Amino acid sequence: MNLYIEKKKDVTILYVREERLDAHNSGELKTEMGRLFEGGEKNILVEMKDVRFIDSSGLGALVSGFKNAISHQGNLKLASLQPQVKSMFELTRLHRVFEIFGSSAEALDTF
Amino acid sequence: MDKNRIQVDIKVPNQTRYLSLIGRIGEDIANELYKYRGDRETLAYHINLVLTEAMVNAIRHANADDPDKTVRILIYISDEELVIQVHDSGQGFDINAIQSPDFDALEDRGRGIFLIRSLMDSVCYRREAAGNVLEMTKQLH
Repeated sequence: MNLYIEKKKDVTILYVREERLDAHNSGELKTEMGRLFEGGEKNILVEMKDVRFIDSSGLGALVSGFKNAISHQGNLKLASLQPQVKSMFELTRLHRVFEIFGSSAEALDTF
Repeated sequence: MDKNRIQVDIKVPNQTRYLSLIGRIGEDIANELYKYRGDRETLAYHINLVLTEAMVNAIRHANADDPDKTVRILIYISDEELVIQVHDSGQGFDINAIQSPDFDALEDRGRGIFLIRSLMDSVCYRREAAGNVLEMTKQLH
């Protein structure tokens, strides 16, 4: 999976550079978020601009990351969801769980 | 077969690497439904998603991740409805025993069948001679 990591002040931005986040590749995202929290990162922003499609496994990987953040007293937030992807969060009520921002710049101010 | 009826029959190895291929075919089919009056982009996403979810279910659960097995996908389209069948050759499961997810529980898993049920008009899973079939139908008008 194509992931790019950038550190801005005390926030780690995880760019998901894939068109699909599905059962084939979401395990890698889950592992990477786990690795970052285990390594002491507290604040992770997942940048989803390139993701055009998400399935229940992709949603599950992000839920896993969110729970990982809580157990490490950290934060996991999401930015730049495409409309169809955002509608999947709404259908599964996960938009009530995650803090979702229109852009990374907007999200970075909230950590 | 009436003149506007399309039938697509695909077999792929029991591996998640083929999810995007099948999902793309589903999107292309949605874009060919020129008589469909709803939001075609949304329909394309929903077909992609239910195909993906049903295939993952067949690959991971019914066929127990055995890469030597195959998944067969049959898609029938008429002016009135879209029918998708995903055939597996595994042990099967009881679809009626699967509850809607507890939205407050924050589980990693358990949203796949819920998504299929939410986006299609009817869903059933039944045993056939050579395995099982998950059949999903959507009315197109």
